[in-house]
Amino acid sequence: MMRHLKRLYIGIVFFFLYAPILILMIFSFNKSRYMSKWDGFSLKWYADLFSDRDIMSALYYTLLIAVLSTIIATVIGLITAIGIHDMNKLGKGIMVNISYLPILNPDIVTGISLMMLFVFMKLELGFLTLLLAHITFNVPYVIFSILPKLRQMNKHLYEAALDLGATPFYAFRKVILPEIMPGVVTGMILAFTLSIDDFVISYFTTGAGVSNLSIIIYSMARVGIKPTINALSTLLFISVLLLLLIVNKRTSNNNGKEKVI
Amino acid sequence: MKKSWVAYPYVVWMIMFIVVPLILIIFYGTVRTTPQGMEFTLEHFKRFFEPLYIMVLVRSLYLAFICTIVCLLLGYPVSMILASKEYRDKKILIFLMVIPMWMNFLLRTYAWLTLLEKNGIINTLISFIGLPKMDLLYNQWAVVLGMVYNFLPFMVLPIYSVLIKIDKSIIEAAEDLGANSRTVFRKVIFPLSLPGVVSGITMVFMPAVTTFVISRLLGGGQFLLIGNLIEELFLKSGEWGFGSALSIIMMILILFSMAIMSRYEKENEGGGLL
Repeated sequence: MMRHLKRLYIGIVFFFLYAPILILMIFSFNKSRYMSKWDGFSLKWYADLFSDRDIMSALYYTLLIAVLSTIIATVIGLITAIGIHDMNKLGKGIMVNISYLPILNPDIVTGISLMMLFVFMKLELGFLTLLLAHITFNVPYVIFSILPKLRQMNKHLYEAALDLGATPFYAFRKVILPEIMPGVVTGMILAFTLSIDDFVISYFTTGAGVSNLSIIIYSMARVGIKPTINALSTLLFISVLLLLLIVNKRTSNNNGKEKVI
Repeated sequence: MKKSWVAYPYVVWMIMFIVVPLILIIFYGTVRTTPQGMEFTLEHFKRFFEPLYIMVLVRSLYLAFICTIVCLLLGYPVSMILASKEYRDKKILIFLMVIPMWMNFLLRTYAWLTLLEKNGIINTLISFIGLPKMDLLYNQWAVVLGMVYNFLPFMVLPIYSVLIKIDKSIIEAAEDLGANSRTVFRKVIFPLSLPGVVSGITMVFMPAVTTFVISRLLGGGQFLLIGNLIEELFLKSGEWGFGSALSIIMMILILFSMAIMSRYEKENEGGGLL
């Protein structure tokens, strides 16, 4: 009896979580533009999607910003994490706490504060400001993915490498980097997904002509239902699913331990 | 071989893009322009105490509170079941719980827009069984529904990650000492799961208070939450002063409750959920 109840309850919760997405996906193949009736199978919303210049440009900017901000944030975060690790207690405390601010602060506050900064600096809101904003909120996640790995590392390894005649950079590349690599990869994945998914901060820090997918969806949904968004959702859902499956496979191959997901 | 200097470039970045923007918020929130120039003022904060704006804050807190309670009541049993013996090895279920978190939250909200609208699926079903169509969208329950839908996994996962770490022998000990399953839950499992509950509450309540997207899409124009108000002040009416003051209030509220929560969360370190 209890077992069936449990199964039923879990079933209902997963139905609640997935039914809306699944219905959206099914109706992306509907010929009619209304979701009240099924008019037959059609791929026309997908055709519309790929011929919609706004959506395609948003997709381009989303990916471009995600890739650029991930690369830059990972480099900055990696270097900074190493620096922070070597700081004295006070410096470390200050750095960690200030870096935590963008994580703790509500997105909307981060968004408007950056917007005010850019307007104050007379930077025109657009691609550059969007990129700067994304790097700003990504770096802390990279730092906090790498710091624990540095803490776990045996610091004598690096010294040993130096004693054996390695240059600091060579020792970094051959000793430190391999040790902290899992943290770097975690940070990168986090940064990339956060950037792709971000709406609130992007909404406030971008200007005319440069939108990411979230902003496009928001402005379309505000007006009402549009079946092209259904098609877009379907494609995004499938890409997220594939990405997660790959990441999961990768991490479970690596070390059987549970990962950050 | 101190190499802490490599962090200095980021110190500059941090000051520029984290510290200065916050100073700007405080600056605009406490200053007004007069013909003589700028002067210090608390009028923006005073304005917040007008009944209209207090109502907005109360409504935001109220809806976020209901959302948190619903998530807790719905989510706790889910975590318990997923952490129970029969389901423990079914990693796929946890994976399924995680996927919606990675899905763009605008799309998740939009999905409900399509379900609840006048000609949406739910109304079609309702009229199919002969009942009149209902206005499901653009009221506060639609907003709460959207919040619960978006934030439920944030409640389930932290609780789950605490529950599976509970030492089974403690539960067995309680049972050996004659506790029935209700007592075991009340005296052993629930107290031990509190750190997870606390972080779950934090992870649901915080975004629910500050959202402006869910309320805008599912609540229409009329259910103004504090997030909507801040958005309008900055993007439509350009009242940076009052908008900044509201942001400061919101920030203090959030950081303050975070500080309280993190005291309980200490034991939960290494939960591994982001």
